[in-house]
Amino acid sequence: MTLLIQTLTDGIAVGALYALIALGYTLVYGILQFINFAHSDVFTLGAWLSFAIAAALGLSASAGQSPPWYLGLAVLLAAMVGCGIVGFIIERLAYRPLRQAPRLNVLISAIGVSLLLQNIGQLPHAFGPYPRAMPALLPDRVIFTIVGVQFRLVDMVVLATALFLMVGIQWLVFHTKVGTAMRAVSFNHQTAALMGINVSAIISMTFVLGSMLAAAAGFLYAMKYAQLKQTADSVWVLLGLKAFVAAVVGGIGNIRGAMLGGITIGLIEFFGVAYLSDKYRDVYVFSLLIIVLLVRPSGILGNATVEKV
Amino acid sequence: MPRALAPLLLGGVIALILHLVVQPAVGGFGSNLILFAGINIILAVSLTVVNGFTGQFSIGHAGFMALGGYTAAALMYYGSFKIYGNANFHGGALSWTGRVGGFSGPWMGSGDLLFVIACLAGGIVAAAAGWIVGLPSLRLRGDYLAIVTLGFGEIARVILQGTDAQLRRSQLDAIRSASPLQLMNKLGGALGFIGIPPYTTVFWVYVWVAIMLIVAIRLKRSSYGRALLSIREDEIAAQAVGINNTRYKVRAFVLSSFFAGVAGALYSLQIGSINAGELGFQRSFEILIMVVLGGLGSVTGAALAAIILTALPEVLRFVDQYRMIVYSLLLIVMMIVRPQGLFGVREVWDLMRRRRRQVTGGDA
Amino acid sequence: MNASLAENLLDVRAISISFGGLSAVKDFSLALPPRALYGLIGPNGAGKTTVFNLLTAVYQPDQGSVHVCGRQINGLKTFQIAHAGLARTFQNIRLFGELSVLDNVRMGAQMREPHGLTTTVLRTGGYVATERHIDAWAREMLRIMGLSHRETEQAKHLPYGDQRRLEIARALATQPKVLLLDEPAAGMNPREKVELMELIRFIRDKFEVAILLIEHDMNLVMRICEQITVLDHGETIAVGTPANIQCHPKVIEAYLGEPV
Repeated sequence: MTLLIQTLTDGIAVGALYALIALGYTLVYGILQFINFAHSDVFTLGAWLSFAIAAALGLSASAGQSPPWYLGLAVLLAAMVGCGIVGFIIERLAYRPLRQAPRLNVLISAIGVSLLLQNIGQLPHAFGPYPRAMPALLPDRVIFTIVGVQFRLVDMVVLATALFLMVGIQWLVFHTKVGTAMRAVSFNHQTAALMGINVSAIISMTFVLGSMLAAAAGFLYAMKYAQLKQTADSVWVLLGLKAFVAAVVGGIGNIRGAMLGGITIGLIEFFGVAYLSDKYRDVYVFSLLIIVLLVRPSGILGNATVEKV
Repeated sequence: MPRALAPLLLGGVIALILHLVVQPAVGGFGSNLILFAGINIILAVSLTVVNGFTGQFSIGHAGFMALGGYTAAALMYYGSFKIYGNANFHGGALSWTGRVGGFSGPWMGSGDLLFVIACLAGGIVAAAAGWIVGLPSLRLRGDYLAIVTLGFGEIARVILQGTDAQLRRSQLDAIRSASPLQLMNKLGGALGFIGIPPYTTVFWVYVWVAIMLIVAIRLKRSSYGRALLSIREDEIAAQAVGINNTRYKVRAFVLSSFFAGVAGALYSLQIGSINAGELGFQRSFEILIMVVLGGLGSVTGAALAAIILTALPEVLRFVDQYRMIVYSLLLIVMMIVRPQGLFGVREVWDLMRRRRRQVTGGDA
Repeated sequence: MNASLAENLLDVRAISISFGGLSAVKDFSLALPPRALYGLIGPNGAGKTTVFNLLTAVYQPDQGSVHVCGRQINGLKTFQIAHAGLARTFQNIRLFGELSVLDNVRMGAQMREPHGLTTTVLRTGGYVATERHIDAWAREMLRIMGLSHRETEQAKHLPYGDQRRLEIARALATQPKVLLLDEPAAGMNPREKVELMELIRFIRDKFEVAILLIEHDMNLVMRICEQITVLDHGETIAVGTPANIQCHPKVIEAYLGEPV
């Protein structure tokens, strides 16, 4: 019973992180029909930026006292802004010039961006090639215990922040004018333009939004897991891939699908690790991808689009 | 039929010349470069069959290389134990990778047969994986294949690095009594698979290079190759003229995976060790950039780019830190400024022909 | 025009499709006897190309059936339908742009003579003979369509009118029983259109295919089509000879609106 509750909570917690990253993928895919390979690297950047900013603020992993809560918020916001800027630059320089080019070209460019981010981050002048420990921004307290399963403050904050952001995005996309503009662009660029929507600005905004979500996910990841591997380590690539699988499983291009997919993937991964074998944690998620692609490629909440002939 | 074999024999002769004449002339470092350039040619040309001819987007090529490499390594290592009782060299002069002049046996030895089988087995296992991965994902849109192949590459690495420890010389009896299935799991795990008797020489690599080039060029200049190119150009129009897109895509993918597996086999049996950790996404990307640089769909382009990008890191060794950064920037800039790479979808002889005549385009 | 069902090259029986609740094509039926030259017209958005897409399995009909030479083809995939003898051209030309003109037609020609991978790589089993065969047939197609002089050019560099002709050549090279032409005259000048009309008649006579064409140019349609079906909002509002159609009140209403 303890194992069940523990697995459930872990799965949902990590699933929420996957969902945040998946939202970024799905937002971009929705308006450009393009998988932004560099997205997971923005997530990595978010985690490392959080570390760098926290360190710059004088916080360190070895300090005994935990800092005032608003500093944590400051780190989060700063990381989001930083990644938002990076996302904007990437879209402008590497993707926009290829808007009219064949799909393959922009995909290749995205791969280039992904590797660029990874390898720049690894330089000694940047974040360095060694793993680092994220300073604790919250006191390590256990809030309550159910059936032997401990619920820590960190986990609560991570989950609450993730949920808050998801609700925020949901509201933005479905209940604001800007969100309507984004959805219009996702249906048809030309028609949206004819309706007076500045398509380029909306696209930039979508990238910025997605990057900010990835940054938040990175920050939350750093808070929860503390040990950050260097930016080119494959652990980040795998995380990003799993988040992408989450977006696909939920239905790529579908906001609620991304959230649903994230939770699903988190649960699958942790249940697999807990009840089958922990060596193959990534294999479960990818097996699910293959199954979904075979059986229902549009995902749980997606609808199949037919190409116009 | 004999006419069809002629290019292969020519390739064999060239391989012999490279091995017996060129190799001693350029010394150890140079011949290593030649050898690895050859392996990279096989990798790049096989990838261009999928990414270039057929216009699909596979970015997990190194995963097939790893599968092939481990298969061949296991066959060679455990096979040697089972047959000879040790993991020493049992080949001929053409497979001798040691000190020049340190071998005084015949041209071919009994170990060479095992070597050839190991390479073929590596290719076949990789091809089977290609079939399993390709069949569900090639039915769908291009981006999905990219994710699936990326995932596959990582998963292959994870699984191979999760295997049990290798059995050593000291455990000869255990090796002898173990079944193939049991041995399949004892591939060294995170430490990698080591101690494999090396057989790969310039000769063998270039025999396979010849095979790869002949297959690729014959494929391209045939109705089968045209079908692949038509899929790349316009999938809907291809279907309208009776092409079963999925079947062609899967076959191209399986073919490409086979050769990646062979390249992996040659690779692991040259160094004598293999570690899946070095054959992850970064390696796949290095092969991808060779294909893109050479021109998606150009066999000679891919080969040329493979040679350039094998030599370049050696020349620029002092800025190795920035190598991947330079490559990534190169990729992005190329896509914006010259997406067709060096030769586009043409071959080097098409471009030379075009300079003499003024007619645009040729039939490839 | 009452040929028995077994004789019709194309037999469409009451096919329908709706997208998201909106009916795009409703109860569409058509029969093409051998050597027919029929037209399909209607205002923009009437569903004409949708009909073509239904026939070639780009979409699957919700109801109804389609038969080519007596063989049911709805439910088959697009490439299988091509093998069954139904060829088409597209409203927005879909050529293999990077390939040469000859290669484009060879794509059609090779449909009936496929090679496997092993034959291709090993060059066994009469490979050379088959390739020569394909070449010869493709070149013949180009000669008939008047494109031989452009054989080695890349398809994307062809002038517009030639591109349309190339697409037709490619479709014909598959040796179809039924040819669907989607707005073959779009973007052509009057002289080219006259040549096209001749060409279409010639194709029908020489190759004995049944042709169904979608067109907006009334002149062309009235001149060469023996029977015309008129669609409006997915429904068939008239079927008849050009003379009948021209005076049909519903047709006039669909195109020009109701008289005030």
